[in-house]
Amino acid sequence: MQFFRKQRISRLNGDRQADMYPHSLQFYGQPPTENISLAEFETFAVDRLRLLKTIENIGVSYVKTSEQYSKKLEAELRKLLFPYRVDVDEKELGKEYEKRRKDHISHFILRLAYCQTEDLRRWFIQQEMDLFRYRFHEIPEEHFQNFLNTNNLIYNSINEEERRIVKLSIIHSNANISAVKLEEMEIYKVPFQDVLDLVRSRKVYLKGGYTYIPHKEIVTVVLNDFRTRLSKALAVTARSLPVVHSDERLQPLLNHLSHAYVGQDYSIQKNIGKISLEQIDNLSLKSFPLCMRNLHKALRENHHLRHGGRMQYGLFLKGIGLTLEQALQFWRAEFVKGKVDADKFDKTYAYSIRHSFGKEGKRTDYTPFSCMKIILSNAPSQGDHHGCPFRHSDPELLKQKLQSYKIPGNGINQVDDCNFSLNHPNQYFAESQSLLNGKDVKREAPAKISGGSQETPANVKMAESTSSAEMDDLELLFQDAP
Amino acid sequence: MFPLPDLLPLYYRRLFPFSQYFRWLNYGGVTKNYFQNREFSFTLKDDIYVRYQCFSNQSELEKEMQKMCPYKIDIGAVYSHRPNQHNAVKSGSFQAQEKELVFDIDMTDYDDVRSCCSSADICHKCWTLMKIAVRVLDRALKEDFGFEHRLWVYSGRRGVHCWVCDEAARKLSQSARSAVAEYLSLIRVVGGSETIKKVQLSTPVHPFITYVPVSINVALHYCRAVSCVASMVSDNWVLIYKCTSASPLIRDMLQSDFQKYKTSVKRWESLKKRVNQKNSALLDSEIVLQYCYPRLDVNVSKGVNHLLKSPFSVHPKTGRISVPIDTRQLDQFDPFAVPTISMLCQELDKAVQSGEEDESGKDKEGEPEPKRRVRDYKRTSLGKYVKVFELFVEQMEKSWKGQLLKQSDMQGDF
Repeated sequence: MQFFRKQRISRLNGDRQADMYPHSLQFYGQPPTENISLAEFETFAVDRLRLLKTIENIGVSYVKTSEQYSKKLEAELRKLLFPYRVDVDEKELGKEYEKRRKDHISHFILRLAYCQTEDLRRWFIQQEMDLFRYRFHEIPEEHFQNFLNTNNLIYNSINEEERRIVKLSIIHSNANISAVKLEEMEIYKVPFQDVLDLVRSRKVYLKGGYTYIPHKEIVTVVLNDFRTRLSKALAVTARSLPVVHSDERLQPLLNHLSHAYVGQDYSIQKNIGKISLEQIDNLSLKSFPLCMRNLHKALRENHHLRHGGRMQYGLFLKGIGLTLEQALQFWRAEFVKGKVDADKFDKTYAYSIRHSFGKEGKRTDYTPFSCMKIILSNAPSQGDHHGCPFRHSDPELLKQKLQSYKIPGNGINQVDDCNFSLNHPNQYFAESQSLLNGKDVKREAPAKISGGSQETPANVKMAESTSSAEMDDLELLFQDAP
Repeated sequence: MFPLPDLLPLYYRRLFPFSQYFRWLNYGGVTKNYFQNREFSFTLKDDIYVRYQCFSNQSELEKEMQKMCPYKIDIGAVYSHRPNQHNAVKSGSFQAQEKELVFDIDMTDYDDVRSCCSSADICHKCWTLMKIAVRVLDRALKEDFGFEHRLWVYSGRRGVHCWVCDEAARKLSQSARSAVAEYLSLIRVVGGSETIKKVQLSTPVHPFITYVPVSINVALHYCRAVSCVASMVSDNWVLIYKCTSASPLIRDMLQSDFQKYKTSVKRWESLKKRVNQKNSALLDSEIVLQYCYPRLDVNVSKGVNHLLKSPFSVHPKTGRISVPIDTRQLDQFDPFAVPTISMLCQELDKAVQSGEEDESGKDKEGEPEPKRRVRDYKRTSLGKYVKVFELFVEQMEKSWKGQLLKQSDMQGDF
């Protein structure tokens, strides 16, 4: 008797599972409705956050459609037990269901954490879109129409007869598509309201209110749709947040999750006034990350820095504890050695230093730049010294420089499984200081990079200290959270 | 010139086509409160401007308009609440939800290429440009975007408006509206004639652009296309000079040609020859387009809450009525033949005096207003324009009937 009952139950489960997640890729339209343990809640959320942070990092290092990008992302998806393949064979179905379920639930948990501010939403949407785009490209063409239909995207592909009629017009509308390429692709009819950007710039063939989109371009359309839906959903989620926050089991975790993306932003300086100006030269050699060390050196040599450099370095100094008076003294002393006289300094440069401390204008207390911000915005040009050396410098030059800083020669190799992830120059400084002061290690922080490619500071490893190096990167970020 | 305060009461009592107007804006009553949540704005005597006017039904609309006698009427959006309650509603909840997609073509925006008139003036020669504008845009709205219910209206002085009334059009978001307007733009209006962008075509030429000359030729059909374009363009040396700034060689050749040839047809021929010689195949098209292509103000089209002059409103400066244009007879439309309010009132007086003497006294009181009004505007030159409007509304009504049936089926009403 029991035997039969068991069989019946497992068959029911199988059907239900297949229905719930027919695809490895979904739009996250419906929230999950099951019960879940707190432990699973936490694990799922943390895993997905890891995934999204990886996506952010590899997105900076590799072109998003390149092989290396795909390989890295697939590896991460596999490691964290998220779905990555569309066609799964019978035997794997059970495991696949678990992965898809995790994907579904973790997405919705992170929505709770990331709906609160414009910045958080923007970051979340960006990473989720990148993930979606990757998975979308992995869908083989046979499954494609099915995927569209299951997700209510009423984009019908057109038949032979219609193809013949519209073929030429499509080629004339679209500089990217040749007649040859067009032959190989499906063409979809999409209502013009769903492809406004293409309509606006007249880069698409439009007839009777429908645009004709070749398969190659449909991903943009679907992505925009995904972004719109997610954006609306986050707004709705934000409204129901007070209810969620009232649950005291969830609140601390959600707070930690949303701080982890940004980490400590070093806007609240803990050590104001504890650094004297005389120490800076020495500190720059010991505890400054490479970018700041370069800036300091350039400032000393040229008695000047351009705007980009002043911003990046100036805010960093504020982050390590310099007061406004110290900053003014520091910059004036240096600039006066160069071509700027004290009067001019007081009239021009001094204002912007006060401004960056929040004492002028709209009184925003500007926060020191994170690594991501340094890498992605305001690339340096000739004569600039700001930016990220691991991203913006010539690799050979960089190698030479590091060698001259006495990094062990055999240390120049790739470190993949580095557990420490650097997100902020001030983080580097804080960690370095705590290590140097806590342990009596007067060693330089070694930098290990691959000779050929430009890696992000995510691969920069701190001075050897087994406990901190092996610490979970997420927990490390939580440590400094207020 | 024409005493508006005296004429308007008569106009609103006897001539304004309230019945068709209500049938239009009510959209068959398919959506609840669609008419009631519509914003109207009035410009009253002494330049008093009032917004957020709204009405519960046709009768209230009539009574209020007859009472207030607005000098000008604007139609705005359908809001989430009754517009006159906009202060009572929680801030942020009062939203413009739907409105017709509209376009405004103003003759002043062609001043860089008009040599006959400038600013608020128009003449038959430059009116041709308006005809071209209507053809080009109407074709695109119908064939490219699939919009079926398009009402073109003469603004009363120097331009035309288009009201696209399809349901899909009314539901468009602001960004969708601006996308449509940009799709239709080749020449952007950026304040002041000096900053108007030049038309620059590149291959492959988008099908939309390929259709433009077709529309131009259709528009010019009655004035023998080539010679018309030729005369417009070849007299306009300033235009040609501007358009050939990238090809000084051609420009020099053209300059000497134009001094040699004095007729516009010969000049046009030389233009084409030079252009082909130097392989600037699209230059002549660019010149024609620079001259003819409609100038759109994207800002008018993009705002969901934008207020636009209502059809059958009186133009305060010219006295002309903003009448619908019959696009099937676009070429016959003469802006100078559009009736003014004083003309209409005179016609009305005459009609009453001359015919139907047996009706005087007896049924002026007894006859219901709407019926009398029907006979009234038919007796004036307004009649044919109301007919155009009536046809337009009837076309739309056919589409709503189906919807109402569907709705009542779903609710189980029989």
